[in-house]
Amino acid sequence: MSGISAMYNDTAVLFRRSLTHSFRSPEILAGITISPVMFVLMFRYVFGGAIDVGETTYVNYLMAGIFVQTIAFGALTTAMTLANDLEKGIVDRFFSLPMARSAVLTGRTLADLLRNAFTIVVMILVGLLVGYRPGGSVADWSAALALMLVFSFAISWVGALMALAVPKVEALQQLSFVVILPLTFVSSAFVKTDTMPGALRAFAENQPVTQVVDAVRALTLDQPVGNTVTASVVWSIAILVVSIPLAAAVFRRMGTR
Amino acid sequence: MSTAPFTAQTVVEDAEAAILATGLTKNFGETCAVAGVDLTVERGTVTALLGPNGAGKTTTVRILTTLLKPDGGSATVAGHDIARSPGAVRARIGLTGQFTAIDELLTGRENLIMIGRLARMQKAAAADRAVELLARFELADDADRRAGTYSGGMRRRLDLAASLIANPEVLFLDEPTTGLDPRSRLGMWELIEELVAQGTTVLLTTQYLDEADALADEIIVIDHGRVIARGTSDTLKDEIGGERLELRLVDPARTAHASARLTAAGVEVAGAGEAEGTISVALTRGPVEIAELIQTLDRDGFTLDEVTVHRPTLDDVFLTLTGQHAEDAGDALREGRE
Repeated sequence: MSGISAMYNDTAVLFRRSLTHSFRSPEILAGITISPVMFVLMFRYVFGGAIDVGETTYVNYLMAGIFVQTIAFGALTTAMTLANDLEKGIVDRFFSLPMARSAVLTGRTLADLLRNAFTIVVMILVGLLVGYRPGGSVADWSAALALMLVFSFAISWVGALMALAVPKVEALQQLSFVVILPLTFVSSAFVKTDTMPGALRAFAENQPVTQVVDAVRALTLDQPVGNTVTASVVWSIAILVVSIPLAAAVFRRMGTR
Repeated sequence: MSTAPFTAQTVVEDAEAAILATGLTKNFGETCAVAGVDLTVERGTVTALLGPNGAGKTTTVRILTTLLKPDGGSATVAGHDIARSPGAVRARIGLTGQFTAIDELLTGRENLIMIGRLARMQKAAAADRAVELLARFELADDADRRAGTYSGGMRRRLDLAASLIANPEVLFLDEPTTGLDPRSRLGMWELIEELVAQGTTVLLTTQYLDEADALADEIIVIDHGRVIARGTSDTLKDEIGGERLELRLVDPARTAHASARLTAAGVEVAGAGEAEGTISVALTRGPVEIAELIQTLDRDGFTLDEVTVHRPTLDDVFLTLTGQHAEDAGDALREGRE
């Protein structure tokens, strides 16, 4: 079997494995159904009345933020499941096989991409039930979905990298608190950034989550996109360009320490 | 797919050893885990690496299965160099690691097919082989249940089945029975014996002398990363001595008297402790000797408080070979005593 077809075969096998996990693990299943629904409902009804976003309703403003926040949290699932594999020793078994080792990472991240796509659909449906009335053409929506999926793929490689750097499930939970929470909450996901104090606002306005949220929001609410689409694409590609080779290098080293 | 699954038969005429390692070393920072291990495992034989926790057994196995790069030394496994052609080695080995490496969310069958597919088997071939292995390892009835619901013994059997899916020439078993109850342990021994009877070469690690004794053609005793003894089970036993009978008298004051009585009767008394009333006897003739010995003492009015048969354990091996107790071998000690 040539390198490419081996890589394809092994990625397909492990993609299926990860996907099966998504539907059999109660934690992951809750993560892709219950928690995004809870977030939509809580922000819509708890904060929704108190936050004034001006030109549109809060639920319309909120949904782009919830999409991207859920995607970013999805990186944690990537990290946790990979760390779990590393801890449990199944990766040792994989490494003792004549397989393409990188398939462990590509199979996982591709399955997580599909998982996130599924979650976005769930959230759109729940949103529509509670008053989400987006605009945007089919082309706008296609662009918005594409941006979210590329970002999803990029951020799950960051999750993979975190798991490889800290292959302990509990330590990862702490690390994620420091990395993922600020990225999602110090952004334009739930509130406008212009009420934030100086340094926080500067961070919020220039970090990738805000770019993706703003681009998706503008595309789906018929607002001017400005440079947010370009910025989102650049961020996602930059993350991929850095994290894929880095993760692959760390992973190769792990196998043959 | 260009490569057919390898079977033991394809290389049977190849005369060279299944595993040939010279001067393997591995350091983790300051710690020297393996300090120059040489080993030869002939095709179709079983070799046991015997040693306490931290002796370097797992590190040796991880080097030979291409999971770790050695700092020094070289090795060939199934005729291929572990450093130059790790892929060829991986295509010919099976590994059952110290910790069960099964996917708990997949069923037994799904686990085996997945490993088969990753071992370059066609889907149909992997599925057929999975059915065969599930039946052989008495998992057929539970084939479509998630492995997470399996008992410890079943998990270990599934783990072993996974390492056999692609018909490996050389099988590595790292502490295959650690954590198993006695019945599952015996079941695992039987499975390993069957595999060997069919021509698979096995390198196993264990902390249990009785396990090495039961399964291995050759035992390599390893301590602090070095080989401290090697030989068949019989040659090792000759070195460390066989079974002992430990007696304890109700009245410790009569210890010397009883000991003299036994010696007079032709029994080999290995030691006596007057404070506790204990006498240690080297058994040379088996259970008959135990009955005779107890009768002798009973006839002369010595009342016994406790009688224990002591089989040699890993700790005895270490005491004899190094003059020191095996470190961290608490479990092995308990397990070895009857």
